[in-house]
Amino acid sequence: MRPIAPGSGPDQPPLFEPLGETVLLLRFGDRVDAALSARVHDALACLRAARLPGVIDAVAGYASLALHYDPAAWISGGAPWRAFADAVQAALAAGGARPAHARRTIDIPVRYGGEDGRDLDAVAAELGLAPDELVSLHAAGDYSVAMLGFAPGFPYLLGLDPRLHAPRLASPRTRVPRGSVAIGGAQTGIYPAELPGGWRLIGRTPLALFDPAREPPNLLAAGDRVRFRAIDADGFAALQARTTLDAA
Amino acid sequence: MSVVVLEPGLLSTLQDRGRHGHALAGVGHAGAMDEVALRLANALVGNQDDAVALEFGLVGPVLRFDREATIAIAGADPDARLDGVAVEAWRPLAIARGSALDLRRLRRGAFAYLAIGGGFASERVLGSAATDVNAGLGGLHGRALRKGDCIAFDGEGRGVPGGWSIDPRPWFDPDPSRPLRALHGAHFGALDAASQAALFGREFRVRAESNRVGMRLDGAPLALAMPLELASEAVARGTLQLPPAGHPIVLMAEHPTTGGYPRIAQVAAVDLPRLAQRRPGEPVRFEPIDLDEAQSRYLRREAELARLCDAIRERLHR
Repeated sequence: MRPIAPGSGPDQPPLFEPLGETVLLLRFGDRVDAALSARVHDALACLRAARLPGVIDAVAGYASLALHYDPAAWISGGAPWRAFADAVQAALAAGGARPAHARRTIDIPVRYGGEDGRDLDAVAAELGLAPDELVSLHAAGDYSVAMLGFAPGFPYLLGLDPRLHAPRLASPRTRVPRGSVAIGGAQTGIYPAELPGGWRLIGRTPLALFDPAREPPNLLAAGDRVRFRAIDADGFAALQARTTLDAA
Repeated sequence: MSVVVLEPGLLSTLQDRGRHGHALAGVGHAGAMDEVALRLANALVGNQDDAVALEFGLVGPVLRFDREATIAIAGADPDARLDGVAVEAWRPLAIARGSALDLRRLRRGAFAYLAIGGGFASERVLGSAATDVNAGLGGLHGRALRKGDCIAFDGEGRGVPGGWSIDPRPWFDPDPSRPLRALHGAHFGALDAASQAALFGREFRVRAESNRVGMRLDGAPLALAMPLELASEAVARGTLQLPPAGHPIVLMAEHPTTGGYPRIAQVAAVDLPRLAQRRPGEPVRFEPIDLDEAQSRYLRREAELARLCDAIRERLHR
Protein backbone atom coordinates (compact mmCIF):
# COMPACT_ATOMS: atom_id res chain seq x y z
CA MET A 1 0.00 0.00 0.00
CA ARG A 2 1.80 3.08 -1.27
CA PRO A 3 0.82 6.62 -0.42
CA ILE A 4 -1.10 8.03 -3.38
CA ALA A 5 -0.37 11.76 -3.14
CA PRO A 6 2.89 13.52 -2.42
CA GLY A 7 3.48 16.44 -0.10
CA SER A 8 4.07 17.00 3.59
CA GLY A 9 4.94 20.69 3.92
CA PRO A 10 3.02 22.93 6.29
CA ASP A 11 0.16 23.57 3.86
CA GLN A 12 0.50 20.51 1.69
CA PRO A 13 -2.35 18.03 1.49
CA PRO A 14 -1.78 14.90 3.56
CA LEU A 15 -0.48 11.63 2.15
CA PHE A 16 -3.14 8.95 1.84
CA GLU A 17 -2.19 5.56 3.27
CA PRO A 18 -4.97 2.97 3.05
CA LEU A 19 -4.96 0.71 6.12
CA GLY A 20 -6.83 -2.17 4.56
CA GLU A 21 -10.21 -2.18 2.81
CA THR A 22 -12.15 -0.12 5.33
CA VAL A 23 -9.68 2.43 6.77
CA LEU A 24 -7.98 5.41 5.12
CA LEU A 25 -5.10 7.01 7.00
CA LEU A 26 -4.25 10.66 6.29
CA ARG A 27 -0.61 11.37 7.08
CA PHE A 28 0.47 14.92 7.93
CA GLY A 29 3.95 13.93 9.09
CA ASP A 30 5.70 11.39 11.26
CA ARG A 31 6.87 13.30 14.34
CA VAL A 32 5.46 14.10 17.78
CA ASP A 33 4.95 17.80 17.21
CA ALA A 34 2.31 20.32 18.33
CA ALA A 35 1.95 21.90 14.86
CA LEU A 36 1.32 18.50 13.22
CA SER A 37 -1.13 17.60 15.95
CA ALA A 38 -3.01 20.86 15.31
CA ARG A 39 -3.29 19.98 11.60
CA VAL A 40 -4.75 16.59 12.54
CA HIS A 41 -7.46 18.28 14.62
CA ASP A 42 -8.19 20.91 11.97
CA ALA A 43 -8.64 18.15 9.39
CA LEU A 44 -10.90 16.25 11.75
CA ALA A 45 -13.10 19.34 12.31
CA CYS A 46 -13.26 19.96 8.57
CA LEU A 47 -14.17 16.35 7.74
CA ARG A 48 -16.79 16.24 10.48
CA ALA A 49 -18.44 19.29 8.94
CA ALA A 50 -18.26 17.69 5.47
CA ARG A 51 -20.37 14.70 6.64
CA LEU A 52 -19.01 12.30 4.04
CA PRO A 53 -21.24 9.26 3.60
CA GLY A 54 -20.23 5.91 5.07
CA VAL A 55 -17.76 7.23 7.67
CA ILE A 56 -18.05 4.96 10.70
CA ASP A 57 -15.29 6.09 13.04
CA ALA A 58 -12.12 8.18 13.28
CA VAL A 59 -8.79 7.71 15.08
CA ALA A 60 -6.46 10.64 15.72
CA GLY A 61 -2.73 9.96 15.96
CA TYR A 62 0.09 12.37 16.80
CA ALA A 63 0.61 13.18 13.14
CA SER A 64 -2.15 11.30 11.29
CA LEU A 65 -5.88 10.84 11.15
CA ALA A 66 -7.52 7.53 10.22
CA LEU A 67 -11.10 7.24 8.97
CA HIS A 68 -13.02 3.96 9.19
CA TYR A 69 -15.50 3.85 6.31
CA ASP A 70 -17.85 1.50 4.53
CA PRO A 71 -16.55 0.98 0.99
CA ALA A 72 -20.08 0.02 -0.09
CA ALA A 73 -20.95 3.73 0.22
CA TRP A 74 -18.26 4.58 -2.38
CA ILE A 75 -19.01 2.27 -5.29
CA SER A 76 -18.80 4.39 -8.43
CA GLY A 77 -17.13 2.49 -11.24
CA GLY A 78 -13.56 2.87 -9.95
CA ALA A 79 -12.02 1.52 -6.78
CA PRO A 80 -14.03 2.67 -3.73
CA TRP A 81 -10.90 3.59 -1.77
CA ARG A 82 -9.83 5.99 -4.52
CA ALA A 83 -13.29 7.56 -4.68
CA PHE A 84 -13.26 8.03 -0.91
CA ALA A 85 -9.72 9.47 -0.89
CA ASP A 86 -10.72 11.93 -3.64
CA ALA A 87 -13.74 13.05 -1.63
CA VAL A 88 -11.61 13.50 1.51
CA GLN A 89 -9.06 15.52 -0.43
CA ALA A 90 -11.79 17.70 -1.93
CA ALA A 91 -13.37 18.27 1.50
CA LEU A 92 -10.00 19.30 2.98
CA ALA A 93 -9.27 21.62 0.05
CA ALA A 94 -12.72 23.21 0.30
CA GLY A 95 -12.35 23.58 4.07
CA GLY A 96 -9.90 26.45 3.48
CA ALA A 97 -8.64 28.52 6.38
CA ARG A 98 -10.84 28.05 9.40
CA PRO A 99 -11.07 30.47 12.28
CA ALA A 100 -9.10 29.20 15.25
CA HIS A 101 -11.69 27.43 17.40
CA ALA A 102 -11.83 28.11 21.10
CA ARG A 103 -9.88 25.44 22.93
CA ARG A 104 -11.07 24.19 26.28
CA THR A 105 -8.68 24.25 29.20
CA ILE A 106 -9.20 21.45 31.68
CA ASP A 107 -7.80 21.68 35.18
CA ILE A 108 -6.55 18.36 36.60
CA PRO A 109 -5.94 18.28 40.37
CA VAL A 110 -3.10 15.90 41.25
CA ARG A 111 -1.78 14.61 44.52
CA TYR A 112 1.92 14.21 43.73
CA GLY A 113 4.23 11.69 45.41
CA GLY A 114 3.61 9.36 48.33
CA GLU A 115 1.57 6.22 47.77
CA ASP A 116 -0.07 7.82 44.71
CA GLY A 117 3.19 8.70 42.98
CA ARG A 118 5.45 5.91 44.04
CA ASP A 119 8.11 6.58 41.37
CA LEU A 120 8.41 10.32 42.11
CA ASP A 121 11.52 10.14 44.30
CA ALA A 122 13.35 7.69 42.04
CA VAL A 123 12.55 9.66 38.86
CA ALA A 124 13.61 12.93 40.52
CA ALA A 125 16.91 11.35 41.59
CA GLU A 126 17.54 10.01 38.05
CA LEU A 127 16.88 13.46 36.59
CA GLY A 128 19.04 15.24 39.16
CA LEU A 129 16.09 17.14 40.62
CA ALA A 130 14.61 17.44 44.10
CA PRO A 131 11.13 15.80 44.21
CA ASP A 132 9.41 19.15 44.75
CA GLU A 133 11.29 20.66 41.79
CA LEU A 134 9.95 17.84 39.60
CA VAL A 135 6.43 18.52 40.91
CA SER A 136 6.72 22.27 40.21
CA LEU A 137 8.01 21.69 36.67
CA HIS A 138 5.28 19.15 35.92
CA ALA A 139 2.49 21.34 37.35
CA ALA A 140 3.79 24.44 35.54
CA GLY A 141 3.52 22.83 32.10
CA ASP A 142 1.06 23.93 29.42
CA TYR A 143 -0.12 20.65 27.90
CA SER A 144 -2.37 19.74 25.01
CA VAL A 145 -4.12 16.46 24.30
CA ALA A 146 -2.70 15.03 21.08
CA MET A 147 -4.93 11.97 21.07
CA LEU A 148 -6.75 9.42 23.19
CA GLY A 149 -5.72 5.81 22.77
CA PHE A 150 -4.31 2.67 24.42
CA ALA A 151 -7.44 2.42 26.60
CA PRO A 152 -10.76 4.34 26.79
CA GLY A 153 -10.03 7.91 27.91
CA PHE A 154 -6.20 7.62 28.05
CA PRO A 155 -4.75 11.01 26.96
CA TYR A 156 -1.39 11.35 25.22
CA LEU A 157 -0.24 14.84 26.22
CA LEU A 158 2.16 17.12 24.37
CA GLY A 159 4.20 19.69 26.24
CA LEU A 160 6.25 17.78 28.82
CA ASP A 161 9.29 19.82 29.90
CA PRO A 162 12.38 18.15 28.35
CA ARG A 163 13.97 18.18 31.82
CA LEU A 164 11.28 15.66 32.85
CA HIS A 165 11.78 13.07 30.12
CA ALA A 166 12.28 9.78 31.97
CA PRO A 167 12.55 6.23 30.65
CA ARG A 168 9.73 3.74 31.07
CA LEU A 169 10.09 0.81 33.48
CA ALA A 170 12.06 -2.10 32.00
CA SER A 171 9.27 -4.39 33.07
CA PRO A 172 5.74 -2.90 33.10
CA ARG A 173 3.55 -3.16 36.19
CA THR A 174 0.58 -5.48 35.81
CA ARG A 175 -1.70 -3.00 37.64
CA VAL A 176 -1.42 0.76 37.67
CA PRO A 177 -4.10 2.41 39.86
CA ARG A 178 -6.89 4.37 38.19
CA GLY A 179 -6.13 8.10 37.96
CA SER A 180 -2.34 7.68 38.07
CA VAL A 181 -0.42 10.57 36.47
CA ALA A 182 2.72 9.27 34.84
CA ILE A 183 5.74 10.01 32.66
CA GLY A 184 6.75 7.69 29.81
CA GLY A 185 9.77 8.91 27.86
CA ALA A 186 8.92 12.32 26.36
CA GLN A 187 5.24 11.94 27.18
CA THR A 188 3.00 12.38 30.15
CA GLY A 189 -0.44 10.86 30.58
CA ILE A 190 -3.14 9.76 33.00
CA TYR A 191 -4.35 6.17 33.48
CA PRO A 192 -8.18 6.35 33.26
CA ALA A 193 -8.69 2.91 34.80
CA GLU A 194 -6.68 0.24 36.56
CA LEU A 195 -4.48 -1.00 33.73
CA PRO A 196 -1.13 -2.63 33.10
CA GLY A 197 1.53 -0.04 32.30
CA GLY A 198 5.21 0.83 32.23
CA TRP A 199 5.13 4.60 32.70
CA ARG A 200 6.61 6.12 35.87
CA LEU A 201 3.98 7.12 38.42
CA ILE A 202 4.39 10.59 39.91
CA GLY A 203 0.90 11.31 41.25
CA ARG A 204 -2.80 10.61 41.01
CA THR A 205 -5.99 12.53 40.25
CA PRO A 206 -9.38 11.78 41.82
CA LEU A 207 -11.17 12.86 38.62
CA ALA A 208 -12.87 10.20 36.49
CA LEU A 209 -11.23 10.41 33.06
CA PHE A 210 -13.67 7.95 31.54
CA ASP A 211 -17.21 7.15 32.62
CA PRO A 212 -19.40 5.37 30.05
CA ALA A 213 -22.53 6.66 31.84
CA ARG A 214 -21.48 10.26 31.21
CA GLU A 215 -22.02 12.12 27.92
CA PRO A 216 -19.40 12.35 26.56
CA PRO A 217 -17.72 9.57 28.56
CA ASN A 218 -14.22 11.03 28.18
CA LEU A 219 -13.21 14.00 30.37
CA LEU A 220 -10.51 15.07 27.91
CA ALA A 221 -10.73 15.29 24.13
CA ALA A 222 -8.02 15.64 21.52
CA GLY A 223 -7.10 19.31 21.15
CA ASP A 224 -7.91 20.27 24.76
CA ARG A 225 -5.38 22.21 26.85
CA VAL A 226 -4.55 20.64 30.20
CA ARG A 227 -3.17 22.17 33.40
CA PHE A 228 -2.11 20.09 36.38
CA ARG A 229 -2.64 21.54 39.86
CA ALA A 230 -1.01 20.09 42.98
CA ILE A 231 -3.40 19.20 45.81
CA ASP A 232 -2.81 17.60 49.21
CA ALA A 233 -4.32 14.47 50.70
CA ASP A 234 -7.32 16.36 52.14
CA GLY A 235 -8.05 18.00 48.80
CA PHE A 236 -7.83 14.61 47.13
CA ALA A 237 -10.24 13.02 49.63
CA ALA A 238 -12.74 15.88 49.27
CA LEU A 239 -12.71 15.69 45.48
CA GLN A 240 -12.89 11.93 45.52
CA ALA A 241 -15.98 12.05 47.76
CA ARG A 242 -17.62 14.47 45.34
CA THR A 243 -16.72 12.33 42.32
CA THR A 244 -18.18 9.27 44.03
CA LEU A 245 -21.38 11.19 44.81
CA ASP A 246 -21.59 12.36 41.20
CA ALA A 247 -21.23 8.79 40.03
CA ALA A 248 -23.90 7.48 42.42
CA MET B 1 -36.31 -16.38 30.72
CA SER B 2 -32.65 -17.15 30.93
CA VAL B 3 -29.77 -19.41 30.16
CA VAL B 4 -27.80 -20.65 33.17
CA VAL B 5 -24.05 -21.12 32.81
CA LEU B 6 -23.17 -24.56 34.25
CA GLU B 7 -19.59 -24.44 32.90
CA PRO B 8 -18.22 -21.16 31.51
CA GLY B 9 -15.70 -22.52 28.99
CA LEU B 10 -12.36 -20.89 28.29
CA LEU B 11 -13.37 -17.53 26.80
CA SER B 12 -17.12 -17.07 26.46
CA THR B 13 -18.40 -13.53 25.97
CA LEU B 14 -21.51 -11.80 24.67
CA GLN B 15 -20.78 -10.10 21.35
CA ASP B 16 -22.46 -8.16 18.58
CA ARG B 17 -20.94 -6.46 15.53
CA GLY B 18 -18.96 -4.04 17.67
CA ARG B 19 -18.89 -0.59 19.21
CA HIS B 20 -18.30 2.00 16.50
CA GLY B 21 -17.99 5.76 16.64
CA HIS B 22 -16.02 6.23 19.87
CA ALA B 23 -12.45 5.55 18.76
CA LEU B 24 -11.52 9.22 19.27
CA ALA B 25 -12.17 8.62 22.97
CA GLY B 26 -9.90 5.56 22.87
CA VAL B 27 -12.82 3.10 22.85
CA GLY B 28 -12.11 0.11 20.62
CA HIS B 29 -14.59 -1.76 18.43
CA ALA B 30 -14.51 -5.22 20.08
CA GLY B 31 -17.33 -7.41 18.64
CA ALA B 32 -17.21 -10.94 17.24
CA MET B 33 -13.88 -12.48 16.20
CA ASP B 34 -15.65 -14.21 13.27
CA GLU B 35 -18.25 -11.68 12.25
CA VAL B 36 -19.55 -13.79 9.37
CA ALA B 37 -20.41 -16.67 11.70
CA LEU B 38 -22.09 -14.27 14.16
CA ARG B 39 -24.29 -12.85 11.41
CA LEU B 40 -25.27 -16.25 10.05
CA ALA B 41 -26.07 -17.63 13.50
CA ASN B 42 -28.33 -14.63 14.10
CA ALA B 43 -30.05 -15.01 10.72
CA LEU B 44 -30.74 -18.70 11.45
CA VAL B 45 -32.90 -17.77 14.45
CA GLY B 46 -34.60 -14.88 12.66
CA ASN B 47 -32.61 -12.11 14.41
CA GLN B 48 -31.11 -9.02 12.86
CA ASP B 49 -27.39 -9.41 12.00
CA ASP B 50 -26.23 -7.38 14.97
CA ALA B 51 -28.27 -9.08 17.71
CA VAL B 52 -26.29 -10.16 20.78
CA ALA B 53 -24.99 -13.74 20.60
CA LEU B 54 -22.67 -15.83 22.75
CA GLU B 55 -19.14 -16.24 21.41
CA PHE B 56 -17.04 -19.10 22.75
CA GLY B 57 -13.42 -19.97 22.04
CA LEU B 58 -11.44 -23.26 22.05
CA VAL B 59 -13.39 -24.78 24.96
CA GLY B 60 -17.09 -23.93 24.95
CA PRO B 61 -19.60 -23.65 27.81
CA VAL B 62 -22.27 -25.97 29.20
CA LEU B 63 -25.63 -24.18 29.42
CA ARG B 64 -29.09 -24.94 30.83
CA PHE B 65 -32.19 -23.32 29.35
CA ASP B 66 -34.84 -22.52 31.95
CA ARG B 67 -37.50 -22.07 29.25
CA GLU B 68 -37.93 -23.10 25.63
CA ALA B 69 -35.93 -21.29 23.01
CA THR B 70 -34.81 -21.30 19.38
CA ILE B 71 -31.05 -21.39 18.89
CA ALA B 72 -28.45 -21.79 16.15
CA ILE B 73 -24.72 -22.52 16.31
CA ALA B 74 -22.25 -21.33 13.64
CA GLY B 75 -18.50 -20.84 13.25
CA ALA B 76 -16.04 -23.41 14.59
CA ASP B 77 -17.33 -26.96 14.45
CA PRO B 78 -18.58 -28.05 17.89
CA ASP B 79 -19.39 -31.56 19.05
CA ALA B 80 -22.64 -30.13 20.47
CA ARG B 81 -24.73 -32.34 22.77
CA LEU B 82 -28.27 -31.52 23.80
CA ASP B 83 -29.06 -33.65 26.86
CA GLY B 84 -26.39 -36.03 25.62
CA VAL B 85 -27.69 -36.29 22.02
CA ALA B 86 -25.59 -34.87 19.18
CA VAL B 87 -27.12 -31.81 17.47
CA GLU B 88 -26.10 -30.04 14.27
CA ALA B 89 -24.72 -26.56 13.77
CA TRP B 90 -25.68 -24.19 10.90
CA ARG B 91 -29.46 -24.67 11.38
CA PRO B 92 -32.18 -23.52 13.75
CA LEU B 93 -32.82 -25.83 16.71
CA ALA B 94 -35.77 -25.96 19.08
CA ILE B 95 -34.72 -26.23 22.71
CA ALA B 96 -37.11 -27.61 25.34
CA ARG B 97 -37.35 -26.05 28.77
CA GLY B 98 -34.80 -27.52 31.19
CA SER B 99 -32.46 -28.88 28.50
CA ALA B 100 -28.69 -28.77 28.93
CA LEU B 101 -26.45 -27.95 25.96
CA ASP B 102 -22.83 -29.10 26.12
CA LEU B 103 -20.55 -27.11 23.78
CA ARG B 104 -17.23 -27.94 25.43
CA ARG B 105 -15.56 -29.69 22.53
CA LEU B 106 -14.70 -27.86 19.30
CA ARG B 107 -13.58 -30.35 16.68
CA ARG B 108 -12.14 -27.78 14.25
CA GLY B 109 -11.72 -24.01 14.38
CA ALA B 110 -11.35 -21.65 17.33
CA PHE B 111 -14.50 -19.49 17.78
CA ALA B 112 -18.16 -20.45 17.55
CA TYR B 113 -21.42 -18.56 18.11
CA LEU B 114 -24.65 -19.47 19.82
CA ALA B 115 -27.49 -17.18 18.72
CA ILE B 116 -30.89 -17.29 20.39
CA GLY B 117 -34.24 -16.16 18.99
CA GLY B 118 -34.81 -12.59 20.23
CA GLY B 119 -31.14 -12.18 21.19
CA PHE B 120 -29.49 -12.17 24.59
CA ALA B 121 -30.22 -9.23 26.86
CA SER B 122 -27.01 -7.38 27.56
CA GLU B 123 -25.60 -4.14 28.89
CA ARG B 124 -25.46 -1.69 25.99
CA VAL B 125 -22.59 0.74 26.46
CA LEU B 126 -21.94 3.50 23.92
CA GLY B 127 -24.32 1.93 21.44
CA SER B 128 -23.14 -1.68 21.61
CA ALA B 129 -23.44 -4.78 23.77
CA ALA B 130 -20.06 -6.16 22.68
CA THR B 131 -17.92 -7.28 25.61
CA ASP B 132 -14.60 -5.43 25.78
CA VAL B 133 -12.84 -7.38 28.51
CA ASN B 134 -9.83 -5.08 28.83
CA ALA B 135 -11.95 -1.94 29.12
CA GLY B 136 -14.59 -3.74 31.20
CA LEU B 137 -17.42 -2.59 28.91
CA GLY B 138 -20.60 -4.23 27.62
CA GLY B 139 -21.78 -7.84 27.69
CA LEU B 140 -22.28 -9.24 31.15
CA HIS B 141 -20.55 -6.72 33.48
CA GLY B 142 -17.79 -6.23 30.91
CA ARG B 143 -16.31 -9.69 31.50
CA ALA B 144 -16.25 -13.28 30.28
CA LEU B 145 -18.96 -15.66 31.55
CA ARG B 146 -18.56 -17.38 34.90
CA LYS B 147 -20.12 -20.47 36.36
CA GLY B 148 -23.57 -19.64 37.75
CA ASP B 149 -24.21 -16.59 35.54
CA CYS B 150 -27.75 -16.24 34.21
CA ILE B 151 -28.07 -14.60 30.79
CA ALA B 152 -31.55 -13.33 30.04
CA PHE B 153 -33.02 -13.51 26.54
CA ASP B 154 -36.02 -11.86 25.00
CA GLY B 155 -37.44 -14.30 22.48
CA GLU B 156 -40.07 -16.99 22.59
CA GLY B 157 -39.42 -20.57 21.62
CA ARG B 158 -41.28 -21.42 18.44
CA GLY B 159 -41.69 -24.22 15.94
CA VAL B 160 -38.62 -24.73 13.83
CA PRO B 161 -38.99 -25.86 10.23
CA GLY B 162 -36.98 -29.09 10.20
CA GLY B 163 -34.88 -30.93 7.71
CA TRP B 164 -32.61 -28.17 6.42
CA SER B 165 -29.39 -26.43 7.24
CA ILE B 166 -27.08 -24.05 5.38
CA ASP B 167 -23.89 -25.23 3.71
CA PRO B 168 -21.07 -23.95 5.92
CA ARG B 169 -18.33 -24.46 3.34
CA PRO B 170 -18.22 -20.92 1.90
CA TRP B 171 -18.29 -19.45 5.42
CA PHE B 172 -16.12 -21.72 7.54
CA ASP B 173 -12.76 -22.93 6.28
CA PRO B 174 -11.53 -25.87 8.35
CA ASP B 175 -8.26 -26.20 6.45
CA PRO B 176 -5.48 -24.29 8.26
CA SER B 177 -2.92 -25.00 5.56
CA ARG B 178 -4.47 -22.62 3.02
CA PRO B 179 -2.75 -19.22 2.76
CA LEU B 180 -4.35 -15.97 3.91
CA ARG B 181 -4.26 -12.98 1.60
CA ALA B 182 -2.53 -9.86 2.92
CA LEU B 183 -1.74 -6.34 1.73
CA HIS B 184 1.64 -4.69 2.20
CA GLY B 185 1.61 -2.48 5.29
CA ALA B 186 2.91 1.10 5.47
CA HIS B 187 6.24 -0.17 6.85
CA PHE B 188 6.65 -3.29 4.70
CA GLY B 189 9.47 -1.53 2.84
CA ALA B 190 11.32 -0.99 6.13
CA LEU B 191 11.82 -4.76 6.57
CA ASP B 192 15.18 -6.08 5.45
CA ALA B 193 15.18 -8.01 2.15
CA ALA B 194 15.23 -11.44 3.78
CA SER B 195 12.28 -10.53 6.03
CA GLN B 196 10.26 -9.13 3.11
CA ALA B 197 10.70 -12.47 1.35
CA ALA B 198 10.02 -14.46 4.52
CA LEU B 199 6.76 -12.66 5.33
CA PHE B 200 5.17 -13.96 2.12
CA GLY B 201 7.22 -17.12 1.76
CA ARG B 202 7.45 -18.80 5.08
CA GLU B 203 5.06 -20.57 7.39
CA PHE B 204 4.25 -19.06 10.79
CA ARG B 205 2.44 -20.74 13.65
CA VAL B 206 -0.23 -19.36 15.99
CA ARG B 207 1.21 -19.03 19.48
CA ALA B 208 -0.67 -20.11 22.58
CA GLU B 209 -0.72 -16.54 24.01
CA SER B 210 -3.08 -15.46 21.22
CA ASN B 211 -6.42 -14.00 22.30
CA ARG B 212 -9.20 -11.64 21.22
CA VAL B 213 -6.72 -8.73 21.20
CA GLY B 214 -4.26 -10.33 18.81
CA MET B 215 -2.95 -13.49 17.22
CA ARG B 216 0.74 -13.89 17.99
CA LEU B 217 2.77 -15.64 15.34
CA ASP B 218 5.82 -17.81 15.87
CA GLY B 219 8.74 -18.44 13.56
CA ALA B 220 12.28 -17.13 12.98
CA PRO B 221 12.16 -13.40 13.83
CA LEU B 222 11.64 -10.76 11.13
CA ALA B 223 13.90 -7.69 11.20
CA LEU B 224 13.84 -4.10 9.99
CA ALA B 225 16.63 -2.88 7.72
CA MET B 226 16.99 0.10 10.06
CA PRO B 227 15.30 0.89 13.36
CA LEU B 228 12.11 3.00 13.06
CA GLU B 229 10.94 5.50 15.65
CA LEU B 230 7.18 5.85 15.20
CA ALA B 231 4.62 8.21 16.72
CA SER B 232 1.56 6.27 17.90
CA GLU B 233 -1.30 6.20 15.43
CA ALA B 234 -4.27 4.20 14.22
CA VAL B 235 -4.16 0.44 13.82
CA ALA B 236 -6.98 -1.77 12.54
CA ARG B 237 -8.26 -5.30 12.77
CA GLY B 238 -5.95 -7.43 10.63
CA THR B 239 -2.91 -5.14 11.02
CA LEU B 240 0.36 -7.11 11.36
CA GLN B 241 2.49 -5.22 13.87
CA LEU B 242 6.14 -6.04 14.37
CA PRO B 243 7.37 -5.56 17.96
CA PRO B 244 11.15 -5.36 18.50
CA ALA B 245 11.54 -9.09 19.18
CA GLY B 246 10.53 -9.74 15.56
CA HIS B 247 7.44 -11.94 16.04
CA PRO B 248 4.43 -10.39 14.29
CA ILE B 249 1.12 -9.83 16.07
CA VAL B 250 -2.06 -9.69 13.98
CA LEU B 251 -4.51 -7.36 15.71
CA MET B 252 -7.97 -8.83 16.18
CA ALA B 253 -11.40 -7.83 17.57
CA GLU B 254 -10.33 -6.26 20.86
CA HIS B 255 -7.24 -4.39 19.69
CA PRO B 256 -6.52 -0.91 21.07
CA THR B 257 -7.37 1.98 18.72
CA THR B 258 -3.72 3.08 18.38
CA GLY B 259 -0.31 1.43 18.32
CA GLY B 260 3.31 2.38 17.90
CA TYR B 261 4.94 -0.67 16.28
CA PRO B 262 5.75 -0.90 12.56
CA ARG B 263 2.78 -2.09 10.48
CA ILE B 264 4.24 -4.55 8.01
CA ALA B 265 1.07 -6.00 6.49
CA GLN B 266 -2.70 -6.01 6.64
CA VAL B 267 -4.70 -9.26 6.40
CA ALA B 268 -7.44 -8.97 3.77
CA ALA B 269 -10.85 -8.36 5.33
CA VAL B 270 -12.33 -11.42 3.56
CA ASP B 271 -9.72 -13.63 5.24
CA LEU B 272 -10.12 -12.27 8.80
CA PRO B 273 -12.78 -14.88 9.71
CA ARG B 274 -10.44 -17.62 8.45
CA LEU B 275 -7.59 -16.25 10.54
CA ALA B 276 -9.85 -16.00 13.61
CA GLN B 277 -10.56 -19.73 13.25
CA ARG B 278 -6.88 -20.78 13.43
CA ARG B 279 -6.06 -22.50 16.70
CA PRO B 280 -2.82 -22.23 18.66
CA GLY B 281 -0.17 -24.41 16.97
CA GLU B 282 -1.82 -24.24 13.54
CA PRO B 283 0.06 -22.81 10.56
CA VAL B 284 -0.40 -19.37 8.99
CA ARG B 285 0.97 -18.45 5.56
CA PHE B 286 0.43 -15.18 3.72
CA GLU B 287 0.11 -14.48 0.02
CA PRO B 288 0.03 -10.97 -1.42
CA ILE B 289 -3.09 -9.25 -2.72
CA ASP B 290 -3.51 -5.66 -3.86
CA LEU B 291 -6.03 -3.20 -2.46
CA ASP B 292 -8.29 -3.00 -5.52
CA GLU B 293 -8.68 -6.78 -5.58
CA ALA B 294 -9.06 -7.07 -1.79
CA GLN B 295 -11.72 -4.38 -1.68
CA SER B 296 -13.70 -5.86 -4.57
CA ARG B 297 -13.61 -9.32 -2.93
CA TYR B 298 -14.77 -7.79 0.34
CA LEU B 299 -17.72 -6.05 -1.31
CA ARG B 300 -18.66 -9.25 -3.17
CA ARG B 301 -18.52 -11.24 0.09
CA GLU B 302 -20.72 -8.67 1.85
CA ALA B 303 -23.30 -8.83 -0.94
CA GLU B 304 -23.38 -12.65 -0.91
CA LEU B 305 -23.68 -12.76 2.86
CA ALA B 306 -26.52 -10.21 2.89
CA ARG B 307 -28.38 -12.23 0.23
CA LEU B 308 -27.99 -15.47 2.19
CA CYS B 309 -29.12 -13.86 5.47
CA ASP B 310 -32.22 -12.46 3.74
CA ALA B 311 -33.00 -15.85 2.17
CA ILE B 312 -32.71 -17.57 5.55
CA ARG B 313 -35.05 -15.07 7.25
CA GLU B 314 -37.55 -15.44 4.43
CA ARG B 315 -37.53 -19.22 4.82
CA LEU B 316 -38.07 -18.93 8.57
CA HIS B 317 -41.07 -16.69 8.10
CA ARG B 318 -42.70 -18.81 5.41
